[in-house]
Amino acid sequence: MLAKRIIPCLDVNAGRVVKGVNFVALRDAGDPVEIARRYDAQGADEITFLDITASSDERDIILHIIEAVASQVFIPLTVGGGVRAVADVRRLLNAGADKVSMNTAAVTNPQLIADAAAKVGSQCIVVAIDAKQTSPGKWEVFTHGGRKNTGLDVIHWAQDVQAFGAGEILLTSMDRDGTKAGFDLALTRAVADAVGIPVIASGGVGNLDHLADGVTLGRADAVLAASIFHYGEFTVRQAKEHMRARGVEVRL
Amino acid sequence: MSHKVVAVVDYGMGNLRSVAKAIEHVAPGATVLVTANAAEIASADRVVMPGQGAMPDCMRELTARNLREAVIRAAAEKPFLGICVGLQMLFGHAEEGNIMGLGILPGTVPRFPAAAMVATDGARLKVPHMGWNQVKQVGAYPHPLWQGIEDEARFYFVHSYYVLPEDPLVAVGVTNYGIAFTSAIARDNIFAVQFHPEKSAEAGLRLLKNFIQWQP
Repeated sequence: MLAKRIIPCLDVNAGRVVKGVNFVALRDAGDPVEIARRYDAQGADEITFLDITASSDERDIILHIIEAVASQVFIPLTVGGGVRAVADVRRLLNAGADKVSMNTAAVTNPQLIADAAAKVGSQCIVVAIDAKQTSPGKWEVFTHGGRKNTGLDVIHWAQDVQAFGAGEILLTSMDRDGTKAGFDLALTRAVADAVGIPVIASGGVGNLDHLADGVTLGRADAVLAASIFHYGEFTVRQAKEHMRARGVEVRL
Repeated sequence: MSHKVVAVVDYGMGNLRSVAKAIEHVAPGATVLVTANAAEIASADRVVMPGQGAMPDCMRELTARNLREAVIRAAAEKPFLGICVGLQMLFGHAEEGNIMGLGILPGTVPRFPAAAMVATDGARLKVPHMGWNQVKQVGAYPHPLWQGIEDEARFYFVHSYYVLPEDPLVAVGVTNYGIAFTSAIARDNIFAVQFHPEKSAEAGLRLLKNFIQWQP
């Protein structure tokens, strides 16, 4: 049976992991390669890198990071942040990424999804959707790091990105992100049921039950989390053991 | 073990670097060539045929680069590993794009049937089939490429089409996703898998190592 995936996410700024990464005996808490290796050793199913580098001079640093990670970590790697053109997608894939995630650029230019999927295949294209509830049972798509409301309905947009050729959706609840209150399960389930491509739930994980809830109640195909792993609260392996105890199929 | 040139066929599709890096990792002494040169493929000791994306694009690129014959010859005479679309291309008719593969093995490449894509709990099974799934090792005898890999080990898959061999005896791995499909095949010097060993952590690296040491 296909396992539900657990995906640690690293925010990378100019080649350094930001936010605390708190492993025992980590030599360099900011080194993405060392951290990726650690998550791999814990049994992570994939690793996602979000490049938050603002300065354009430093944008190519992520390519070197991915190259270094990909020569030592043999699980799928997804990279997002600042992807605006098919050429950006190709550069990241050539560096060793397996999937590339796009967010704002997909909204401003949905043709980018189609062009990128046609060039490299849908399986490499993830569309990240930042969702915020605007009324009961209704969520809208936000871009520019959650600052701008596009007015797009999340469910319709999710179906549109599938039609354009996205191979997967990374769905983040802006309402829950950083709260540790758990995923927005109603949102997750509404999107997971509305599309035929895999959905990764993100935003709000505070404990291991939240991860399990994301797949059992939210029907997500994968769950993404940052802080519960970075601050050493739980290992990926503990998360998987907990999910298995809850009856979720995992790779252990 | 004498050291060895492994050609990774480069026809412009997919994550070839990952395949090359994973082989370098398990076979530090081997020379891994990512190549679109027919002569290099012909002189290599082993050939790896990766593939990702859409099969029509893969077939078109392979033909455009004049690599069809080199690949067919390699598959006939030396240790040959097909990965993902590199497995699918060995067969005949593909539903995707309604095209023909290389026809080295009889069989077809259908898409996961929408009607069967329901889990035992009634949930919808997504296509592409993406993530870590189990491979049941089948066949009359344990294939040497499974050595050291436990039965039902998980590998990383990402695909929407699968192979349906005419000869069921070529199947050496079976995976369940709505239906039971052939996830690994072997015949003589050919071994080919639907999953990505280069992205399948320990189990995948072991398979690649076994391939490097394989004497069919």
